[in-house]
This record gives sequence, structure tokens and C-alpha cells, in this order.
Amino acid sequence: MDTILKTGVSRRAVLGAGVVGTAVLAMPNILRAQDKSLKVGVYGGYFKDSFDKNIFPEFTKATGIAVESVAEPTGEAWLVQLEQAAKAGAAPADVSMMSQVAMLKGQTTKLWTPLDMAKIPNSKNLIERFVNKYPDGSVAGIGAVSWYITLVTNTDVYKEAPTSWAAFWDKANADKLGLLALVSNSFLLEVTAKTFFGGTNALDTEEGLLKAFDKLAEVKPNVRLWYRDEAQFEQSLKSGEIPMGQYYHDVTGLAASEGHPVRSTFPKEGGVQDSGCWALSRASKKVDEAHIFIDYMSQPAIQATLSRKVGTSPTVKRELLDLSDKEFAAVSSDIEPIIPRYDLYTTKSDWLNQKWTELIVG
Amino acid sequence: MKREPPQSVADYGPLFFPAGMLLIFFVVPFGTMIAVSFFQRQEGGFYTPAFVFSNYERFLSAFFGGVLGFSLMLAVTVAICCVVLALPFTYLLSRLSRRLQVIWLVGLLSVLSLSEVIIGFAWSTLLSRTAGLSNLLVKIGLLDQPIALFPSFGAVLTGMVYQALPYTILVLYPAIVRLDPTLMEAARTLGSSPMRAFFNVLVPALRNTIMATLIMVFIFALGSYLLPQILGRPQHWTLSVLITDQAIYQSNMPFAAAMAVFLVLVTLGLVALTLLIGRKGEKA
Repeated sequence: MDTILKTGVSRRAVLGAGVVGTAVLAMPNILRAQDKSLKVGVYGGYFKDSFDKNIFPEFTKATGIAVESVAEPTGEAWLVQLEQAAKAGAAPADVSMMSQVAMLKGQTTKLWTPLDMAKIPNSKNLIERFVNKYPDGSVAGIGAVSWYITLVTNTDVYKEAPTSWAAFWDKANADKLGLLALVSNSFLLEVTAKTFFGGTNALDTEEGLLKAFDKLAEVKPNVRLWYRDEAQFEQSLKSGEIPMGQYYHDVTGLAASEGHPVRSTFPKEGGVQDSGCWALSRASKKVDEAHIFIDYMSQPAIQATLSRKVGTSPTVKRELLDLSDKEFAAVSSDIEPIIPRYDLYTTKSDWLNQKWTELIVG
Repeated sequence: MKREPPQSVADYGPLFFPAGMLLIFFVVPFGTMIAVSFFQRQEGGFYTPAFVFSNYERFLSAFFGGVLGFSLMLAVTVAICCVVLALPFTYLLSRLSRRLQVIWLVGLLSVLSLSEVIIGFAWSTLLSRTAGLSNLLVKIGLLDQPIALFPSFGAVLTGMVYQALPYTILVLYPAIVRLDPTLMEAARTLGSSPMRAFFNVLVPALRNTIMATLIMVFIFALGSYLLPQILGRPQHWTLSVLITDQAIYQSNMPFAAAMAVFLVLVTLGLVALTLLIGRKGEKA
């Protein structure tokens, strides 16, 4: 014990602190950055790591606003936390990346501060559907990134890539599929409607939804795994244990580039395009910084960087991007995507959830 | 030393800390949960304070009854499997030399350091078609081609028994070690076979311990939600899985709370029933 106490602060540590201190003074950037800061919530894991490495340092360099990234859980747990915190006047993150369903749910309690589009000039670059609006027309969130859920296969097991989502219904694929376990993240109702009933408008009525559920029930014998956890499916897909399923285009591409025998295919009916919005919590005091951040992220150059480094699909118009055809094809497709019917997951969420759970568990 | 009954408030002092902890970390959260279970769910939003029974009404259906029934059945099966495996094992363990006992116990304790996630993924690899145990059976000629042993009920049961077995052994161990060895010797002297002595003398002598262990493993297994997801098909999902879905993915806290309250009540009811039957049996 005595020896530990005596050691105290070593000479080395004092010297080290001195060097760091001088360095900080020599770089006014860092000091200034400490004055202005922003807490940004992004999905934990691969997303947060990529943003921390490729995006946030550049943003701080360009604007002098330091970013403290917060790992947010997927699902709606983060929405619940933001809402509870906002009630108490706190914001665990100023700006968060939120899914579309979470955006709509947050709208009902006015959780999102309406954004001032005049302060976000780059928002004109965005594809219209990526601007999330309140019913009164004010803007609740701005498209951050989008991603595709596509038809994925193990190349050792399937020499030929399937061309249609209808492959899920093929009797030859019994016990071979891995599908997402929740109605609100698998978007299989939309896939069914687009593949067999002419489009997602078929889901407008309850009758149409029930028809889609019936059609989807035919897939059940083919499904080996209904997964919530991505790692569960990814591992099985790579090994060929579960050789077909739905999965994220970006991560599958990454796995293929690492030499795993997997491929992601955009079926002729289109991939499912889901997206995340930047949204500002009403409890946040960093309104100006948040607008600067969102504007910065909406630049075509940054969206292109995201496509190259993170593998997400851009939310700004294709013609504004300097992505080559090959780079664009790696993250997106010219086939018209299936856009999820987010409205259903707020207006009919409990009914859909009940029917879905009965369908797969029953 | 004679034990004096507590005279003043100060004598109860040592109780304040645990009582406070129990209040803060159990009574208050549980009370909150009960309150939330009566709140009104706002579809497409959160919930508002109210006093409605709709969350319980939704639960009272054949579908959720079936899931609850399956969860209870699974937990009972896990408890019975664990005790059936652990009892002879622990008995044999208690007759080993001190040194060997310590080695075994350290090994068992180290299993406890594995998280549920690791156990789940390890078993899913062991039971897989591409890398699993069935490949060994093919090598020695027992199978024509490797087969997938998961997802299945057997896989869920295996994973959960594996996870609960060390607890079972650690609970049984002290009671068995303390058991008077002359009991078994007397039985043997009176001409009973080792098997007969085990079932007719040892098991009845440990009746209360076995009951307590069964209840402990049962409750432990009832809360499992990860292993049924990793190793089972949707029909093997427990009520805990559906509670998680409602709370985390549907942000339907009132319904999740109602299901959780129901699960706790049914569990407590079953435990009480077991104890009651046990007491009656003792009197007879």
C-alpha cells in the first residue's frame, strides 16, 4: 500500500500532461470545439464506429462544433428514453438518428423541435420523401441515411442469384430462410403486397391486409429462423446454415468484400428502402448547433462519403452526387424501391402486431 | 449465548439497510409496474395515466394462454431435468476427495461466468448442420449426412438446462455434504442396494432441499428470453420474449407491464401451491 501511495503521479505523467496541454493550446480548434458541442445519437456498433471515424472529426474541423456521439439502441427503446427524458427537461442526445416509425410516434407528443428550413439550405438537395413533416407542414426531421433490405443468399448453396421475392414462397426452399421477426422491421407485408397484389396500396384496407397475412402464412414452412438480432442471421448466412433470407444490403456487401460467400440481390420488385432521420429533441438547448449539423450532413459530398465509407444509400438526389455508377450500384439500385407503409405502424400498430405474432408463433 | 428479543427501535437498526434496499430496488419498481399496467395505451404514441383493464383484457385470450402455458411447462421441465441430473451428480461429487471436489466446483462456477448470449451462440453452433455435433456422427458412420438439431424444443431445453445446472448443483451441494453419512451406511448394513438406498433414504431425507431447488430453478427458467429466441422456433418463444417485444419494439409499456404482472402472479400462485402440498404431505 505504502509503495503505491508513494508513487503518486510519476514524472512521466507530468511530462505527458504538459505535452498534451501545450498541444491543446497550440490548436485553438480543440479549445473552440469545447465551447460548442453537440450530442448526436446514432445506432450503436457498426454505424457509430463508422461515423466516429469518417464523419464526425471532419464536421468538427469544418464547424468547430465538437460532437459527442451517443450509442442508441435500435428498436423503439431510444424513443422511449428520449420521451421520458424530455418530460424531465433533459436530452440524452440533442440530435438523434430515428427510424420513420419512431419519427411518427414522436410526432404525437411533439417530441421533435420543428426545424427551420431557412437555416438548412442544403435540404433542397434531398429527395422529397426523406423530409419528415408534421401534419401542419412543419419539418420534424431530415433524412440522414437510407438503407436497403434485400434478398440475400449464400453463393455456395445458390449458384444462381434469385431474381424475385417470390423465391421465399418456393417450396424448394423449405426450412432455408432467415427473416426478421417483427412486423415493423421486416416489412414483409409490403413485400408480399408488391410481389403478389400489385403494390403496397393493396394494404390500404383491412381486407387487403388480411389477404397479405394469408399469403405470408404460406412462407412459414420455409422459415428456419425469425431473427431479432442481426448477428444471429449473419453468421448462419455466411456458413450456409441458413442460405437465404432478407438482410441489410450494406452489411451483406461488407461481408462479401471480406470474402464470405454471400450476395445481396435487388429483386425485380425492388429492395425495401428504409431510412433514418435526424431529429432534434424538444428538450435540447443546442438548436443552432443542431441546424448547422443537419445542414452539414445534407451536403451531397457528405452523403457521397457516407455511401463510400459507411455503405448507406444517399438521401440526396442522384444527379447531385459524384458517385460513379459502380459506387452507386454498391449502395443502391435504379429499380423502384418498396417504400414501407409507415403510416400503418402508427394507426394500426397493435392490430398488426397481434396478427403478426399470432401468424408466426401460432 | 441467549438471544434477546429486540427491545428498542435501535435494535432493529441492522434491518434498515436491507429493508431500504428492498424498498428502493424491488417494491418501488414493482409498484410502478403494477400502476403502468393499468394505464391507457396511446396507439402510435406512448401511454397516459388512467385506470383501465384493457391491457389485462387483451392478455386473456387463448393465444396468450397458450404462450403462458408453454412458458410454465418449459420452466417445469427445465427444473425437473436439472434436479434429476444434479442430484446423483452432487451426491457422487460429495463422496470424492476434497481436492477433486474443489476442482469440480471451480469448473462449475466458471460456467456461471458465461453470459446467456455466449451459451446460446455456442449451442447453436454445436447443434448446427454445417459445424455441429451431427458431423461427428457422420464420421463414425451413425448418420448418412449432417442434420440441423436446432431450432427445436430439444435445443431450447438443452441450452436452458446447461445454463441452470451449475446453480442447481451449488444449491444442492451444501445440503448433501452436511447429510449424515451414517444414514446410507445403516441402509447398506440392513441389506439395501446402493440404488435402493439412494432412492429410499437419501431422496426422502433431502425432500425439502429438492423442493426448494425445483422452485428456484423453475423461477430462474421462467425469466429466460434469449435462449428460446436463439435456439427455438417462434412456437418455443416464452412469454418473456413477447413481453420484451411489447416493451422495446412496440413501446407498449402498459401491455408489457400487464403481462409481467400476470406472469409474477401465476408464478407466486404456483409456488404457494407447491409449498402447501408439501406441508400437507409432511403432516400425513
